Parts: sequence; structure tokens; C-alpha cells
Amino acid sequence: MNEFQTILTETIQRLLSDHVSRDLIIASEQGEWAQGLWDALEENGLTKVLVSEAGGGVGAQWSDAALLIKAAGEHGAPVPFGETIVAAWLLDQAGLPVPEGAITLLEGNRLSLTGEGDSLTLDGQVDGVPWARFSKHGVAVVPDADGKMQLCCISLEGVDLTPAMNIAREGRDNLTFSGVPVVASADYNPATVGFTLRHWGALIRSLQMGGALNRLLAQSVAYANERTQFGKPIGKFQAIQQQLSVLATQAAAAGVAANYAAQAVEKGNVSHEIAVAKVRADEAANIATSIAHQVHGAIGFTYEHTLHFATRRLWSWRAEYGAGCEWAAELGTQVLQNKPEALWPLVTQK
Amino acid sequence: MQSFRFDLCELPKETESLRQEVRAFLAEELKDVPLTTRAQTWMSFDGEFSKKVGAKGWIGLTWPKKYGGHERTAFDRYVVLEEMLAAGAPVGAHWIADRQSGPLLLKFGTEEQRQTFLEPVTKGESYFCIGMSEPDSGSDLAATRTRAVKTDGGWIVNGTKLWTSGAQHAHVMIALFRTELNPDNRHGGLTQFLVDLKTPGINIRPITDLYGSQHFNEVVFEDVFVPDNRLVGTEGGGWAQVTAELSYERSGPERYLSSYLLLVELIRELQAQNKPGAEEEIGRLFAHMITLRQMSLSVAGMLEAGENPTLEASVVKDLGAVFEQDMPVIAHKLAGTPPSLSGGSDYQQVLGVLTQIAPSFSLRGGTKEILRGIIARGLGLR
Repeated sequence: MNEFQTILTETIQRLLSDHVSRDLIIASEQGEWAQGLWDALEENGLTKVLVSEAGGGVGAQWSDAALLIKAAGEHGAPVPFGETIVAAWLLDQAGLPVPEGAITLLEGNRLSLTGEGDSLTLDGQVDGVPWARFSKHGVAVVPDADGKMQLCCISLEGVDLTPAMNIAREGRDNLTFSGVPVVASADYNPATVGFTLRHWGALIRSLQMGGALNRLLAQSVAYANERTQFGKPIGKFQAIQQQLSVLATQAAAAGVAANYAAQAVEKGNVSHEIAVAKVRADEAANIATSIAHQVHGAIGFTYEHTLHFATRRLWSWRAEYGAGCEWAAELGTQVLQNKPEALWPLVTQK
Repeated sequence: MQSFRFDLCELPKETESLRQEVRAFLAEELKDVPLTTRAQTWMSFDGEFSKKVGAKGWIGLTWPKKYGGHERTAFDRYVVLEEMLAAGAPVGAHWIADRQSGPLLLKFGTEEQRQTFLEPVTKGESYFCIGMSEPDSGSDLAATRTRAVKTDGGWIVNGTKLWTSGAQHAHVMIALFRTELNPDNRHGGLTQFLVDLKTPGINIRPITDLYGSQHFNEVVFEDVFVPDNRLVGTEGGGWAQVTAELSYERSGPERYLSSYLLLVELIRELQAQNKPGAEEEIGRLFAHMITLRQMSLSVAGMLEAGENPTLEASVVKDLGAVFEQDMPVIAHKLAGTPPSLSGGSDYQQVLGVLTQIAPSFSLRGGTKEILRGIIARGLGLR
């Protein structure tokens, strides 16, 4: 970790520890917008971490952004922080201005563009849009009349919105667009052709999951050290130690896979890394949530305890922007289409 | 709670030409090696092959030139290792000395020991084995009983080492002996020695494993004289030295690639069967392999930087062993084709080998339970 990353980590950890309390998450689950948290993130310039300095941002790298998104996942920050970081990055890369406020991702293939030049309008539907209700703008990648992919910035003001939530009670709203004017658009960055919003969304979720898995580990270890049964902390029992070790190895693997994907994006040679990260995070989440709840016993199953703020997020995130099984099938199809001997060069190409 | 550190570590671009050179060498050298031998890769002994690898300069790659080494980076070494393993090269003869005995001597050995022992290793002519386990000391290494008693000019050793891989072929054993009976500290009183296996009083008996091959051995010491200048490092400091060595032993690419050849043949079998529905599982294995490789590389980077990532190495070995041990089960579930003892398709033969040897993957080099105990200690639970 370089010096900038150390400062960045301290900043985000302090900010999130100050703002993301149990009460804040509960209020968010009941429909409140975490305005104070959001303002703090924006005022510190963190939402524009990947925006160039010329574009008014920090001009940092993906491995820096990864630290922020992981931390947000660790704390369960109930705002579209990762989404805004990515949306701002895509807009800035395409030479478009980055608006203030939360920007969400309009990911899906049921959108279409009409018109040309500066008078494009958007039609269609997107379901499960993260925090659309509190986002001022959305970013979409949609083919134009010639089939060329356009990166579009859309104002969500007045858009037809049906509120919905994932099981972590994070906003995942359903939007319908009928002739909504596109605020700004540009050709979708050719350097990332083939990479859809689904890829970027999967990268965000993989990083958040890495953070949430670290939280699960820390919480479970702390609980095992304080909860006493049979006259000693339950963490002294080998049965518990072995389980927590498995949780630790899973969290470590998911973290490495997510960082590796972020690094590949940073180096501009991303191929299968995002799929790998999502597959690995999904599997780690399956194993880790089960262990964390088992170690916590009944208290961890109550709403009062905070364990479920991480576990319910992991259960939601593992299926968002492509579940592990879907990404794995894509990877496996690629492997099985080639000769068996082609696998090793693929593994070692980077 | 100690947190794990897995800083990403990219292989330098310069390693690519070495990789291609190793691939070309292996394509030529392995074309007549039976698949069932290749399926056992670092458990297959072939002295002639090791000599050729030595002649290429690929043993002791990172060691100083004055000891026959080549002063190249840990990343060059990593590339050579992973290429050898993926191809199923029979690297067993030089593997242990290259991986851990050489580094041990470089760290703790005397100048005379380095001068004497390292160069023959780099030529692929001298093989090492590691004498740790005993009949009553397996996972509980501190229970080591084989006794070295001080005598004029050296030590007299009595006792038995068990499950010593490759002892019947090896020239030298790095052995852990008890030099003090009741130390204050449970981990005290243990000392490492270099033992010439031709010394009178040593009796090596190979033990046939369930697969039918003879990898490990019982090594009995009866009044065996080991000279003073064969003590490695500090008298009584064996525990700390062994622990340092284990980071090398537990994080290399052999900790997740032992079943790689089975994955290759499984893909061939699935393609031949034209059976749909395997994509997801194959993709999952791919994701695990990419991730494990990054974790293993990360530990290699830390070792290169002079750190001691014991905890991280344990994480890699635990995840890697589970991965490679699952492979025969996954192959069985996906393809259904029976394993064969001899004959049958390439896939059936490799499945036959791996199904039988897979149980050892989470036993050798530290059981799954011991590794998880080390991780639990790192988490602050013990």
C-alpha cells in the first residue's frame, strides 16, 4: 500500500465509522436517505476518485477506488457510492461532464434510443436500479440507430419509478423511461468494448463483498472471543477455530480476486478477471455467511444484532450483476470451447 | 486480530521468454514420459530428468553463483516451477532441495555446508529429504523423540523417522532431532542436522502407499554418528528454523496444481462426450485457479522481499489442498467415466492416479487441521 492509499484508507475508514451507525442503517432500511453520509463522501471528493483532475476529480487509480468501495462494503454504507464512482469514471473517460449528486447504473438490455446528435431520447425499462429514488442521474450504455453503443447520462427527475428493495433493504427500484431526453452522450469507450455495465456492476459488488466478508470475519472472531460457554470463550474450542479459519481463507480469497480485477482494469488489460472475482466472491459469501451465523448462534439471528447487515448484503450482492453461476458458465464456456492445452496459456497469460 | 496481507504481485515481463524456453524444453523432454508418471509430477523421481533441468540452470535459480546458483529472481523461479507442474514434469528428485533445503542452508547453514551441499543440488545430482514425522510425532512435531546425544566430535542418533518422502532415493536428510530431553519450552531442545544417508546404522524401508507406489519411507537410526559440522543453525533452535522453512513449503504452485493434469484430461473427456452442463463447474475451477495463483504469487513476492508470511502461506496451502483434492470428485460428478488402474483412455488413467493419491494432498506438508489451527492463532483465537 502506498502513502496515498494509506491516507485514503484512513480517511474513508474514519468517515464511514463516523457516519454508518446501526441507527443509520436501520433508518435507511425504513426509507430514509443518508444525506449526511452522502454529503461527507462528496465533500471529500471521494465520489470522483476516478475522475481526472481536469474533470474536477482526484485522478486516482482503480486500485485506490477499490479501497474505497471495499470499505463501503465493509461498513454496509447504504448509498450508491460504488455506482457513482464508476458512473463518474465512465462519463469522464468519455469526455462528458460529471454531474453532482448520486449517479446510478441503468443496467439492462431493454433500453432503446431515438433521435440523433443532441436530441436523443430514451425508452424502455430497467429493474433493480440501485438507489434510483435518491439518485439525480443514471448512466446507461445503449445502442443508437446505427447499433453503435452510446454512453448516456440521464436525469432521473420525474422518471416513472416503482420503489423496490433487495433483501438487505437497499433501494433497487424499477424504472420506466418514455421519451426521456438524454442529458449528454458519447461513444462508449472503445478500450472497454465488450465490457458492459454488468461487468462494472459485478466489479463493484465483488469489491463490496470483499469488504463485507472482512466485516463478517472480524465480527465473528470478536464474538467467539467474548461469548463464554462451558466455562471458556467459545473461540477456544477447536470446532469453532476450524470454522473461523475457513471463513478467514474464504474472505482472503475473495479479497484477492476482487483486488486482482481492479488492478487489471487499472492496467487496461482486463479480460476474465471481473468474472473470476464475482465467482469467487459468490462462493466465499455462501460459505462465510453460514459460518458467521453458526458461530453467533441465536443472537446473530435477531434483528437487534448487527451481523445481518453484512450477511443480508452478501446474500443480495452475490446475485446482483450476474450471480457466480452465470459468470462461471461464461468462463467455463470459454474454456470448453478451446483445446484442453489452451487452458494453461490462458491461466498464465498475465 | 492479525490481518492477512496479500499484496498483488505481477510477474515481470522479462519472465515471458524464460517461460517459452521452459515450455519448449518440456515439450521435447516429456514426450515419452507416461501420463501416469506425469500425473504425479513432483512426486515422480527421475534423476536423469533432474540432471537435464540442472544443466539448463533451472535448479537453485535464486541462489548465489558461488554456490552453483544463478542469482535470478524468485519470479523466474516461480515461472519455471509452474511450467514444470502444469506439464507434469517428474521433478521429485530435486524438488525438496530446490524448494526448502537450499534456502534453509543459505539462511542457517555454515559456509562449509553451503560449499559442500548446494552445488551438487543445482546440478540435479544430489537429492534431499526432510526427516520430520515420527511414529509418535506427526502433526505434533514438538513430540519429536529421535535423539541426538553429544559425543566426541559429533552426535550419536537413535530413533525412527516416518513418512519421509523420497528417503530411498535421497543422498541427504535434513533431520530434526531431539538434543535436549526436558527443555523449559515445549518447542525447545530440537535441532536440525544434515545427515548423509549412507552413514552406517541408517536403515531405510520404503512403504507402499494405497496407490501402489513407494514415496514415503521409514528411516531407522541405530547409533548413527553425525559430525559436529553437520549441525544446521543453532543447537536447540530447530523449531524456529523449521517454522521459517514451512513458508517455502506451503505456498508454492505445487499446492494447487497437483491435480492440474486431471483438469486438462477432464476437459478433453467432456469435449469427447459432448455433454452439456459442465460449463459452470469448469468456470468455477478456472476462477479458483486464477485466484490461487495470485495468492501464491503474492506469498512468493513477500518471500522475495525477505518477509516471513507464515500465516498467508498456510492460507494458500489450505485453500489449494481443498481445490486439488476436490478435483477427482468434481471430475467424477461431471463425466461419470470410471477411473482405470491401467489401460483405458488418458482421462481414465489420470483419474485413476488422482482419485487414489488425492487424500494425501491435505495431509502432506501440514494437515488441513494443523493449518487451520495456525490460521486461528493468527486470528487471535488461540
